[in-house]
Amino acid sequence: MQVQFKDVTMSYGDKEVLQKISFTIPEGKLVSILGPSGCGKSTTLMLISGLTFPSNGQIFFGDKEVTKYDAVKRKVGMVFQNYALYPHLSVLENIMFPLKMEKMPKKQRQKRALELAQLVQIEDHVDKKPKQLSGGQQQRVAIARALAKEPSILLMDEPLSNLDARLRIEMREEIRRIQQKTGVTTVFVTHDQEEALSISDEVMVLNEGAIQQNSDPITLYKKPKNRFVAQFLGTPIINTIGIEDYPEVLERLNISEEIKQNIETIGLRAEEILTTENKENALFEGIVSHVARVGKDTTVHVKNKEKELVATNLTIIPLEDTEIYLTAQMKDIHFFDHKGQVIEVKEVVMA
Amino acid sequence: MEEIRGKKVPILMKWFKPKTKDKTQLVTVGDKYTRAVAYVLLTIGAFTMLIPFLWMVSTSLKSPAEAVSMPPIWIPKSFKVENFLKAFEVAPFGRYFLNSVLITSLSTIGELLTTILAAFAFAKMQFYGKNLLFTILIATMMVPGELLIIPNYLTISRLGLINTYAAMIVPYVASVFSVFMLKQNFESVPNELYYAAKVDGSSDFKFLWTIMVPLSKSAIVAVSILKIIGSWNAFMWPLIVTNDRMLRPLPVGLQAFTTEAGTQYELLMAASVIVVAPMVIIYLFLQRYIIMGVSKSGLKG
Repeated sequence: MQVQFKDVTMSYGDKEVLQKISFTIPEGKLVSILGPSGCGKSTTLMLISGLTFPSNGQIFFGDKEVTKYDAVKRKVGMVFQNYALYPHLSVLENIMFPLKMEKMPKKQRQKRALELAQLVQIEDHVDKKPKQLSGGQQQRVAIARALAKEPSILLMDEPLSNLDARLRIEMREEIRRIQQKTGVTTVFVTHDQEEALSISDEVMVLNEGAIQQNSDPITLYKKPKNRFVAQFLGTPIINTIGIEDYPEVLERLNISEEIKQNIETIGLRAEEILTTENKENALFEGIVSHVARVGKDTTVHVKNKEKELVATNLTIIPLEDTEIYLTAQMKDIHFFDHKGQVIEVKEVVMA
Repeated sequence: MEEIRGKKVPILMKWFKPKTKDKTQLVTVGDKYTRAVAYVLLTIGAFTMLIPFLWMVSTSLKSPAEAVSMPPIWIPKSFKVENFLKAFEVAPFGRYFLNSVLITSLSTIGELLTTILAAFAFAKMQFYGKNLLFTILIATMMVPGELLIIPNYLTISRLGLINTYAAMIVPYVASVFSVFMLKQNFESVPNELYYAAKVDGSSDFKFLWTIMVPLSKSAIVAVSILKIIGSWNAFMWPLIVTNDRMLRPLPVGLQAFTTEAGTQYELLMAASVIVVAPMVIIYLFLQRYIIMGVSKSGLKG
């Protein structure tokens, strides 16, 4: 079911955790809420679930306003960071619990729970207690339990953060598979950009209680709306060059003076930096301070005065302590104004 | 002397070596000689505690002359098992026993109901004045029980409940100590479980009985046992609020052996064995819960 927030504000005492946020989560999609800790992403999830209520604003499920409904009435499914399985119940009883609350007859709920156990591939462990399962298996049980009553919305609060790196990748693909199989509208909260970018249809970036950007993963990465999004996404972190300290950067670009006035910072992703032979074309020149090889990747650090740029995709690997000229394609350069908002620079007159 | 001591101590250590194979435990308890001293002291302490109990059992089997002889006789010449039968003739112990069972079970069930509900409210629910109310409740724990006898008596008598079972049950179906202990335990159940249950469609009430109570089983058993022992042994209050001897519980019934002519110790002790036996049996079976409950709440005694 479609979820819609209209000017939702949430405050605890004087502290505004969410400031008038509005968004729509389309039906059947997997949407991630991404942001640093304390940005309000878990609060957003709690508001969707009905475990907390907004200070102001409205929440809609489909066309129906549910702002005042509590969690019991909203009937969403939820997976918690620590799974929150009932420790005294077996796996099967855990999955059956929501059905028992719905007063489904016992035979039927056993059948349904077994189907779900199969869906999440935990059918061999249904008689065990949660403690006897590994983290990944507990996660599967938690997902099955959340899906048991066929919720129209599935919420996941950092579901992978308690798993080790390899299992995390396996489970996120598993979540994607289950989501596509069931078609349930899913909201996935995470602070891990890679997780968000890899499994979502759409990503909503939150910071300090405000939505920074809400778009598909590729747009988010390629066309960040502001400096925060640009810096939050991508490893290594995007290179930013302040125009005040390096005015020569702009001089070498053919942009109208009017626009130049507004540019405060430019951003360059490490993998989009190119080398050039020609000093005249270079955006940035400097000395290679460090070359690091990790596995298949080679990271080159280039230093000029205080500023150090990181490039990961250079065709020729330079030697340390040599001078190097760097540039990038116009379409790959991000321009930010003094508020950190992106400036669209479309028309470029070639030199 | 030195040699004997030198030899004896290691033998002693062999006896007291813990059965666990965990070597680290030996280190934490400390030097083995210190431990030997500790065990000797504990044994003496435990034995001191046992003396009255042993005296009770031995006296219950003595003849009247042996019961009052000085110096005390520990093992009677012949075991007078008939003391137990006589005790039953002097007073209606069957009736007393049933009364005790009734009063103890009803007040325990009542206390569990009120305690579980109150502890849940204090531990997990949000309501106005929660902390203030809890502080006031805790403050009442500082009022000595004896002080409450008169106001409680007045309340009961105005309600017209003197000489009824209700008088012995109703004032004891709530206990601040138990609420406090269970609240601590309920708080240790993670909030996520509460949220998960809500999302799963469970009301507060259902969550309490299907998740919270089973998870806090050991604490609840501990609270019940403390209550059962307290209620079973209650003497002062039942004595005050009942005149009819047919309503009285066992401890009050024991008075029957104290007459103007003196106390029939051998019969009194035989009856006491009957009174104490159920509690000893309960304790033997459930002692791990008592220890768990008392140590978990962070309170001793």
